[in-house]
Amino acid sequence: MLEEFGRAGFLLMFALAFPILPIVASVVFGVFKMRPRRPDPIKTATYECGVETEGDALGQFNVRYYVYALIFVVFDVEILLLYPWAVALPTAGLAGFVAGALFLAILVVGFAYDWAKKALEWV
Amino acid sequence: MSLLANWYDFRDLGNPVARLIEALQDAGLSGGWIYAISGLLGAIGILSFVGVAAVINIWIERRLIGRIQVRRGPNRVGPFGLLQPVADAIKLIQKEALQPDNADGIMFTLAPIVIFIPAILAFSVLPWGEHMVLADLNVGVLFLLALSSTTTIIIFMAGYASNNKYAILGSMRVIAMLISYELPVVLALLGVVLFAGTMSLTGIVSFQETYWSWLIFFQPLAFLIFLLGSTAELNRTPADIAEAESEIVAGFHIEYSGMKFGLFYAVELVNTVAVSAIIASLFFGGWWTYGLEEFIPGWILFIGKIYSIYFIFIWFRGTLPRFRVDQLMAFAWKVLLPLALINAMMVALEIFIWTEYEISAGIVLPIFAVVNFALAGVLIVGFGRVMSRTMERFPKLPRLVKDIDVPLPEPSTA
Repeated sequence: MLEEFGRAGFLLMFALAFPILPIVASVVFGVFKMRPRRPDPIKTATYECGVETEGDALGQFNVRYYVYALIFVVFDVEILLLYPWAVALPTAGLAGFVAGALFLAILVVGFAYDWAKKALEWV
Repeated sequence: MSLLANWYDFRDLGNPVARLIEALQDAGLSGGWIYAISGLLGAIGILSFVGVAAVINIWIERRLIGRIQVRRGPNRVGPFGLLQPVADAIKLIQKEALQPDNADGIMFTLAPIVIFIPAILAFSVLPWGEHMVLADLNVGVLFLLALSSTTTIIIFMAGYASNNKYAILGSMRVIAMLISYELPVVLALLGVVLFAGTMSLTGIVSFQETYWSWLIFFQPLAFLIFLLGSTAELNRTPADIAEAESEIVAGFHIEYSGMKFGLFYAVELVNTVAVSAIIASLFFGGWWTYGLEEFIPGWILFIGKIYSIYFIFIWFRGTLPRFRVDQLMAFAWKVLLPLALINAMMVALEIFIWTEYEISAGIVLPIFAVVNFALAGVLIVGFGRVMSRTMERFPKLPRLVKDIDVPLPEPSTA
């Protein structure tokens, strides 16, 4: 199986070459003065729709983004645990099916709780 | 189709490669060299397709959206405007590459390069023919899901490195949206994995070949959920709140210019092709097309399927307006996720019945197809009714001035 991952590694090398080539080409264009390079303080200031830049971009952020992230982490870990179960189900029999169904039921209870607590509202 | 077919049997490009490897073995080359050569050949093949697709798709997409919006699209550069992508590339390379003063230099340059890795690596597990797959991983579907969640981090990298308020806002929106849509997508694919009983892409395609039916006939709900969920994951127009021009100017790539911006533009097209290819091999049989692949090479049929699905994405883009953030979030959590959960449970029950009572596939599969189509119809119609009724029950009408009990001043009669 590692052999197969190694083949994907060959593609990874090319995947890196694919975007680096245009970047290198544009750098070469710059070296041969075929590309303008005249930075000035106004040009390299952070863009803010024409008005002067105010303060730092990284400040406090609305909590609603983090609530979604918190729910996601719990759900995603649980759902990824279902994948091995999905492959093993044909050989697992009744016990395997009931175990998976219970697992999904717990997931649904948690989801219903989130919904009832209005954690899914974008306010 | 056996591996020992003639070397000029191009219905499956695995054949000529296998014959070449045999010839090299006869010439006495060591195993490591043969492994490297076969890997390089596959990588070059995939990359040439990706490169051509990234260039051609600019033209296809702009022409088709032009047609949908009743205008011509690019038609000046070359015949039918075919050389437009070349002109775009030359223009982008010549542009001055600006970098804001307080940007994080290394991450700023790295983000447009790294974002290509998940887009291109997704092609490594896709089967293009019976023996025409670069890396036949037994965890193929999981590999694809892992790649698609990596994109989230890279987009945040670009937004964070720009140190711009719009960029941060755009990348936070991307994270919130991508992780919301990842759950229904993962659950929809769980249905497919349950049905086929394997996570390998080759295995899923050969399952469809064995039972002589595409998986869309057994998993219509999973197909719809995956299609809508991946439209959001791709940041394409009905769901492009990450770069909404009218709200946050250009979102996470606002500070990028020149070729770095061009790379962000190109990766969107490559990603769309990758997702179309995933849909084509999971739900439409990949290279297998009811025996037609005996006459037309399977990989050409596969490319045809990819572009048919790509057309649906372009159609969405040309037709639908952008949704609001809260609408998109509610759609993911309150519509797609419950539907995907019910679908996964239903498939698990079907597979349990099928394997436990050892019913023959000829009887049980048509019943499953009918049941799943009925379930999809009932759920979509019923869920739409229920959701819209709760919306109607609590109308949020603005309070009018005449409803508020405020005594109006007496008109003066003086």
